[in-house]
Amino acid sequence: MNPYLAGIGLGLMLLTAYVVMGRGLGASGAFTSVVAAGVNTVAPSHAQSSKFYKEYLPVNASPFKDWLVFEVAGVIVGGLISGLFAGRVKRTVDRGPRSSVSMRLTFAFAGGVIMGFGSKLARGCTSGQALTGGAVLSVGSWTFMLAVFAGAYAVAYFLRRQWV
Amino acid sequence: MAPFYQFGFFGEWTSLLFAFAIGIGFGFFLERAGFGSSTKLAAQFYGRDLAVFKVMFTAIVTAMLGLFWLAWMGVLDLSRVNVLPTYFVPQLVGGLIFGVGFVTGGYCPGTCAVAAVTGKMDGWIHLVGMMAGILLFGELYPALEGFYNSSSMGVVSLDSLLGIPYGTAVFLIAVLAVGGFYFAEKIEKRFTSVRSGS
Repeated sequence: MNPYLAGIGLGLMLLTAYVVMGRGLGASGAFTSVVAAGVNTVAPSHAQSSKFYKEYLPVNASPFKDWLVFEVAGVIVGGLISGLFAGRVKRTVDRGPRSSVSMRLTFAFAGGVIMGFGSKLARGCTSGQALTGGAVLSVGSWTFMLAVFAGAYAVAYFLRRQWV
Repeated sequence: MAPFYQFGFFGEWTSLLFAFAIGIGFGFFLERAGFGSSTKLAAQFYGRDLAVFKVMFTAIVTAMLGLFWLAWMGVLDLSRVNVLPTYFVPQLVGGLIFGVGFVTGGYCPGTCAVAAVTGKMDGWIHLVGMMAGILLFGELYPALEGFYNSSSMGVVSLDSLLGIPYGTAVFLIAVLAVGGFYFAEKIEKRFTSVRSGS
């Protein structure tokens, strides 16, 4: 799809969330709910004594009965629907021409760890900060977004073997 | 009068239904944009394909203009719209770290979910890594809490920071985005012509 059309589509979804709910979208928050629920299952007293996890563990309710968790469940279904219609659902490892599968998967894991950490420090990700906060001109969200591009461009040269 | 939920038009379970429905649209357009592919996303940082920039800024400008016009028409009460507070330094540092993770792993939190569900094994691994990173943050939280809550500025928007009217800021961002799209197209063309010429 033309990137500008896809952008308008995403923008209209974000606008709908604001009009219907008065809040924007997110992604990392839903995964934090999953992590907090996991910690709470394995080590309940540890989770309950942590200020960080407790934010994601409502009292007398499931941590999954959460707006972002339902939204990300929708993202997964929507991604699958689009992929199926386009014939793009295929078991594969997406990698650059010079990258081996093991190299790609190692970097995917390492990048995931770095990103998960960064998203928590910044209180959100490309969805919850950049798009959501960007549309309402939040200073922190614009700071985050510009920093994401700066950080990625700063190290892109060293990772070129993986991608190009 | 919008936001509907803030004015009590429906309850929590209905709001979760809306979350799911809006999420489907969000995931659909992410996949349509090609963002279920790490090579497509990472190409942004090598000047070959600036779709990340184009899609993100088109989405931001679309929602921003929509919010502005709906508020101007009196349909939407902007004061009831939730805006996340700013913690300047942690968000700056968090963004830099996130950017490094983006070009290392190839996805962001939403796109790795789309990648995973469309069969990309690197998407699954990225997803697992991301949750490990969140866990790491959670375990280190007691040591990080001071920094996490530092340089708190409250809810602050670009227009109030710059001392310009909201409408002016909206207009300037829209103009900047269009200028950015113009240059993005030029950069992509230069890359294609260099490659076909070699």
